[in-house]
Amino acid sequence: MRKLKEGIIEKTLLTSALITIAVTIGIVSVLAFETVRFFKEVSIIDFFTDTQWTPLFTDKHYGILPLLSGTFLTSAIAISVALPIGLSISIYLSEYAPKNFRKTVKPMLELLAAIPTVVYGFFALIVVTPFLQGIFPSLSGFNSLSAGLVMGIMIIPFISSISEDALHAIPKELREASYGMGATKLQTAFKVVVPAASSGIIVSIILAISRAIGETMIVAVAAGQQPRLTLDPTVPIETITAYIVQVSLGDVQHGSIEYRTIFAAGITLFAFTFILNTISYSIRKKYRSAYE
Amino acid sequence: MKKTLFLAVFSAIMIACGGKTTKDTQLAQGELTLSGTIKIDGSSTVFPVTEAVAEEFRSVAPKVKVTIGISGTGGGFKKFSRGETNLSNASRPIKDKEMAACAESNISYLELEVAYDGLAVLVNPKNDWVDSFTVAELKKIWEPAAQGAIMKWNQIRPEWPNEEIHLYGPGVASGTYDYFTKAIVGKSGSSRGDYTASEDDHVLVQGIAGDKYSLGFFGLAYYSENKDKLSLIGVHNGTEVVKPTLETVSNGTYKPLSRPLFLYVNSTSVASKEVVTFVDFYLENAGALSKDVGYIPLPKEKYNAQQERFNAFVIKNK
Repeated sequence: MRKLKEGIIEKTLLTSALITIAVTIGIVSVLAFETVRFFKEVSIIDFFTDTQWTPLFTDKHYGILPLLSGTFLTSAIAISVALPIGLSISIYLSEYAPKNFRKTVKPMLELLAAIPTVVYGFFALIVVTPFLQGIFPSLSGFNSLSAGLVMGIMIIPFISSISEDALHAIPKELREASYGMGATKLQTAFKVVVPAASSGIIVSIILAISRAIGETMIVAVAAGQQPRLTLDPTVPIETITAYIVQVSLGDVQHGSIEYRTIFAAGITLFAFTFILNTISYSIRKKYRSAYE
Repeated sequence: MKKTLFLAVFSAIMIACGGKTTKDTQLAQGELTLSGTIKIDGSSTVFPVTEAVAEEFRSVAPKVKVTIGISGTGGGFKKFSRGETNLSNASRPIKDKEMAACAESNISYLELEVAYDGLAVLVNPKNDWVDSFTVAELKKIWEPAAQGAIMKWNQIRPEWPNEEIHLYGPGVASGTYDYFTKAIVGKSGSSRGDYTASEDDHVLVQGIAGDKYSLGFFGLAYYSENKDKLSLIGVHNGTEVVKPTLETVSNGTYKPLSRPLFLYVNSTSVASKEVVTFVDFYLENAGALSKDVGYIPLPKEKYNAQQERFNAFVIKNK
């Protein structure tokens, strides 16, 4: 009887694990299937070299570059905001802050990640953009600058929290040895602890990048809906995710070439986040073994 | 505590809903007992008007079922010419081909104008150089050949600033897009692709309102809701520059970006009393209701003229 019960529980657990894997495989194969059909009609060389993306209009072009540049631009702005702020926070919390302060501030920072992204999007559109227009009058109503800045704020907790965990995990002996050599607190933090925790910090950055690339609502709301191959942060652009939203909401006919563009765009996005996650996974594996 | 709050909210909703149904409409004797089904299909642009009318009609004749499809004007006429629908919504007059299809299946019909629709061309209020556009200029900006080529204001008129032009317009799924491209570029569904395209008109309002070098277009209804954030530009109609207003759209001087909206009635359908009652009700209320949903009503005497034509049509086909 007991054996039977154990068996049932074991099978149930196994099934839930298998369902997750099956769903992932299902998603990837649907993406791949529709993408193959897409590339039967559109040359893969055009897809990666054409500088225009206008699949819904009269003069059709299927160049993914404008969407990629939009995604790259907003993510780069976000990382350049989140990296210095997030890293400073994590070093302060782990090396300088009193224990109690750390205990209260860390969950509060993580709360930033709990704000719905659509709220961030409207914050960018309605608060940040008008504010920036006071500084740069030529800024468009939709632009990658404000979307990127706000997205940077959103991903701060990814960097600060995970980096802080990594810094905190560095054994005390390392710090004490450094002090014993006559190093100051600042020297210890930047020359001993940060390098020792570098793999954990890199993982946090990669996760943050991957989150920024996949972010949808902020860019769909605040960055515009005009695919444009540019690195100018003041004009409307469109990211891969925003394009997918736009087409899914319109009434594009199923099975048409316009419909398949979202799968081609989707698999490009998937390829990027997959690569980034794999890198972070392998680094994490390495990092875990370092101090065990 | 939570429960009382819930109850309060619930009753507030109930009261709000109750308020709506008390709206009075003229109840003619006997119509409450009318029953049957009225099938309507056609343009998605006319749909809001017809839907509003059908909704009000329900309180007059609750047993009559009105179904309204949105297959587009062409799709609607296809069904209409096969006798599958009683009425057809149309945002353009019937084409020769569709006339022939109706004749083939022995269907005669009556065309009724029910409202006007106007399209507004807009810029940012900070834009102090544009006073008007000609159709040729709008075509130069929006035609497919402009894609990647017409990028700056001074390419339209040399005295305009040497700044990038940021375009906003409805997406390809929108009837407004079809109509604009037909009127300006000459071919429905033909335009450049490098502009901010959104089916959500509020996104366009937001985009134009926050961008000095913007230019966009959408239905006049959305302009009237956002007058303080946008600046309306007149379009040259061949003889003079005209801005779209209630007046210029209804008297036809705002060309080519205004159009009448139509309802087509199948002659065999007027034998059934519910269709006649519905169309009467439609013509009686279209003025007020079209305004509610953002369109422009015909002048009163025009509705009367439509009503007379419809009465004659009913008598002829009895």
